[in-house]
Amino acid sequence: MATGFFTDATLCIGCKACEVACKQWNELPSDGFVFSGNSYDNTSELSGTTWRHVAFVEERAVAEDTVVSAWSMVSDVCKHCTNAACHEACPTGAIIRNEFGNIFIQPDVCNGCGYCVVACPFGVVDLIGHVDPDGVLYNLATLHDDRREAEQTALQGSGGVAGKCTLCYDRQRSGFVPACAKACPTESIQFGDVDELRERARVRVETLQARGVDASLYGADDVGGGIGPLNAFFLLTGEPESYNLPSQPVLPSTRQAHGYAAGALAALALAAVGFTIFRGR
Amino acid sequence: MPGLGTSMGRGGATMWVPDLQNSDCILIQGSNFAENHPVAFRFVMKAKERGATIIHVDPRFTRTSALADLYAPLRSGTDIAFLGGIINDVLSNERYFKEYAVAYTNASFIVNADFKDTEDLNGLFSGYDEETRAYDASSWTFERNDDGTVKSDPSLQHERCVLNILRRHYARYTPEMVERICGTPRAQFLQIAELIARNSGRERTTAFAYALGWTQHSAGVQFIRTAAVLQLLLGNMGRPGGGIMALRGHANIQGATDIATLFDLLPGYLPMPSALRDEQTLAAYLKTNTKPTGWWANTPKYMVSLLKAFYGQAATAQNDYCYDYLPQLIGDHSTLPTQIAMKDGVVKGYFVLGQNPGASAQNKELAMAGLDRLEWFVNIDSFETDTCAFWKREGVDPRTIATECFCLPAATILEKEGTMVQTSRMLQWHDKAIEPAGDAKSDLWYFWQLGKQLQALYEHSTDPKDRPILDMTWDYEHEDEHERRRGEPSALKVLQEINGYYTHPEEGARQVKTFGDLKDDGSTASGGWIYTGVCPDKRTNNARNREPNDTTSLGWGWAWPANRRTLYNRASADPDGNPWSERKKYVWWDQADGRWTGYDVPDFPLTKAPNTPAKPGAGGLDAHSGSDPFIMMAEGRGQLFVPGGALKDGPLPAHYEPLQSVVENQLYSQQSNPVMREWHRPDNRYNDPVDEAFPHVMTTYRVTEMSGIMTRYIPWLAELQPSAFCEIDPDLAVRHEIRSGDWVVVSTALGEMEARALVSGRLRPLRVASGQRVHQIGIPYNYGKVGFATGDSPGALIPLSMDPNSSIHEAKTMTCNIRKGRRTAYRAGVVDADVPVSMRTGHGEWD
Repeated sequence: MATGFFTDATLCIGCKACEVACKQWNELPSDGFVFSGNSYDNTSELSGTTWRHVAFVEERAVAEDTVVSAWSMVSDVCKHCTNAACHEACPTGAIIRNEFGNIFIQPDVCNGCGYCVVACPFGVVDLIGHVDPDGVLYNLATLHDDRREAEQTALQGSGGVAGKCTLCYDRQRSGFVPACAKACPTESIQFGDVDELRERARVRVETLQARGVDASLYGADDVGGGIGPLNAFFLLTGEPESYNLPSQPVLPSTRQAHGYAAGALAALALAAVGFTIFRGR
Repeated sequence: MPGLGTSMGRGGATMWVPDLQNSDCILIQGSNFAENHPVAFRFVMKAKERGATIIHVDPRFTRTSALADLYAPLRSGTDIAFLGGIINDVLSNERYFKEYAVAYTNASFIVNADFKDTEDLNGLFSGYDEETRAYDASSWTFERNDDGTVKSDPSLQHERCVLNILRRHYARYTPEMVERICGTPRAQFLQIAELIARNSGRERTTAFAYALGWTQHSAGVQFIRTAAVLQLLLGNMGRPGGGIMALRGHANIQGATDIATLFDLLPGYLPMPSALRDEQTLAAYLKTNTKPTGWWANTPKYMVSLLKAFYGQAATAQNDYCYDYLPQLIGDHSTLPTQIAMKDGVVKGYFVLGQNPGASAQNKELAMAGLDRLEWFVNIDSFETDTCAFWKREGVDPRTIATECFCLPAATILEKEGTMVQTSRMLQWHDKAIEPAGDAKSDLWYFWQLGKQLQALYEHSTDPKDRPILDMTWDYEHEDEHERRRGEPSALKVLQEINGYYTHPEEGARQVKTFGDLKDDGSTASGGWIYTGVCPDKRTNNARNREPNDTTSLGWGWAWPANRRTLYNRASADPDGNPWSERKKYVWWDQADGRWTGYDVPDFPLTKAPNTPAKPGAGGLDAHSGSDPFIMMAEGRGQLFVPGGALKDGPLPAHYEPLQSVVENQLYSQQSNPVMREWHRPDNRYNDPVDEAFPHVMTTYRVTEMSGIMTRYIPWLAELQPSAFCEIDPDLAVRHEIRSGDWVVVSTALGEMEARALVSGRLRPLRVASGQRVHQIGIPYNYGKVGFATGDSPGALIPLSMDPNSSIHEAKTMTCNIRKGRRTAYRAGVVDADVPVSMRTGHGEWD
């Protein structure tokens, strides 16, 4: 049994309560005050300190004197993959699958090598600047100039740690729903046993399709690329790419066989070339 | 809320938020529901899931539009034309709910022959005086029979019956005219009119939801009135899933209105005594403000009980219950005129709590210059606000300001106990969760301690003018030892006093159970009659209740009046007392029991049978029949036509252009509201109507992520909307070579502001009048100079002007110009060109 999220784009009103509730509960700092100019999305992406992120997709109408025809929103989060690339890539054992079946980074074991960051096919994991002895996270971008300098000095030699959604491990242990799901006013984010959520999602997508809505599930079943089903999956309208979700994500390790084979082949070829050259002597 | 009050009787939302899920159709107009009331919006989403049609009509395509089934654009400030168009459609196609309209509204009443409509006088009603810019409303009345009852024609044939006057009044509000005025494509308008009509009647109900997008206009009250007229015609009032949901802009605004922060009201919507009316004595006041028929026949009971609550033992029948102690109005003392009076040196001191005019005032510089001239200024807030920092604002030398400033720390909501009254008129109690930080105190603490200290200062005074201070009841000692030591008063005792109690000592300070028990003989006291019942005895605080159920959740919180959720719910049954339909069953007459019953507290005398005849000449509710559901009104009917000048700008809503508009009024030669309040002076310049220098429409609003000062200081919220911005459509952006993220300057005759551009196809130009292309620019009102998320406020652009009825400013629509670049002050180096805090870490390509 595993717990997870079912995030329904058709119910999302883009209020970002999930982002704020997540940061508040997990004591994550802001990522800086940057006006992106991109719709109402100023946090732009998931990061080591932004574990829920609401994407805003404006379908631009081209005809004159017509308004934009749709504005979709959906709250992105760590997918807690069945076969998780970050989990596989972690050399220290910091990334584990915990008792709830969630992918969890143990900050005290993480050495900040960053292998998980490049491994994640969804661009979820990121390095957090620095954790002080009291466990407070610092994000350099949010600090004032003088403070930033001091923190930068403190950071020298410290690799920082990787950060991403913990599925509110601490709240689950106490029998609470994760902060984002609790805060969502429209039940766009639902938390629970993933098998049950998948069943609920299938009923929901059928209902919507019967109403003529172009709805589909993303990650409720195997997403391919060796990743398997996602424990945090989505109901979307339109293409996954428009929400910054890859339509064909790949688990890097599935390419290992090709990599080794190619390497072996290259070695053989080189050996053959060397052999040919030296035999000529 | 005179728009709802004059139409149905009470100045509050007629329905309650969760009831929206019972609607078959919801028209959201004048509100960005999803963004500004995201939690309440869950019930709109539930309605949608149940198959209701959600319609959003707005100048901008917002997150509400994104979730709606149907979105239609309209030019800001033209809602009366739009809704008037629907009224015309409903009347000319005979799609109104005739049985309901005839029985429950004043549709059949015969209007005085002297009355002249805007159709007769080209945009004016009869009785207009050009000089005083005011109406003499004596012709806006009904013809009466000898026994004093109103003449009516239930067959609706009489040419001067209200319904036929309505027909003529709105006859030119055709779909073509709507398109000309609003810019809404005709097909979309007709689709909406069809949906609303189809979802009203016996079997179905439609709800309207509005917010500040309707109130902040020069005819804002009439915007709401148009919705009320339409909902009464369609028979949606007082029925489940039907009505008008007035969404309040702030958490406790309903409570603030109920218990009278408005200058012209006493608690419970009793009028403030005025020196301009014949109200010099209590008897005179009661004569002016007691209606012979309808609920307001009870005014003396509520007024005397209020005075007893204020002045306790000192208030006796012999001294008019200390009526003389109350101050009297000598003019319009609402916010805007008071700001002007400060600037002109008339007002010397100012308390500011729970608001931040330094960012949100219209004509911000005038408001702040007013603070410069005060003798003293008290700001009580949880943060340093823009108002608090007025003496160091841009372009001002602090050495030139002599105002003595007191900035005091306020406890936040979690740090104090008390009630919040939300948009459904519901009181919800909250306990104190944590101790306030530092020296912060509750707002109640400040006022209680101030009162106590004043009483101590005047303790030995024999001067009669000091009696009001010495005689006021001020016993709110906290029950809890810890709070007593901190000097905090008991919010519960305040609420108990508002609820009311019996004054005779032998009653042992027993609580009054319902406002029906209040008396005008001094035997009861109540600090706000509409809340009577919230604390029916000393042990019960109904505002604490938290028991929901599947229907009306009467065990959750407590809603005034009498814990009623849907107002005027007698109208959910037909004149005979039976539900209009099984599907829309709500409150009905139980013949066997001889009483009204149902899912809600009936808004009607409990045992008054539906067939009870009206008694001509009788007082109070006896003048109404058993089928007159609007008990607050003199005639017991919903008012399509508001007689007698209860509204200063007309008995029927007529479309006027905003004061600052880009087009001429397409309907009448009268351009803007003839009785709106304007101030023509050098420090309050207006853009001329149809001025080429200001070719664009500008509208203001707030966004989900920001409210104002409270959110600007919270990094988690500040990062979501970090900077003042300005939404413009792609065509206008191309014309001015503006890209998203560029600095732009928006200007009016009054001033200019700068913001980051946000170019989006969610805004599109509209074609109005004879094909003229109009661009609309949107500017959020959340920003100021302090906090993490900062920027200019549109308050710098908006001159002061007011709705004549509610004294609310016109901040939702005006005209402006736009250019790429920075504000003059920055360019000329007048101000330190230090970029705002919000931009320090955002070295984007556009810096």
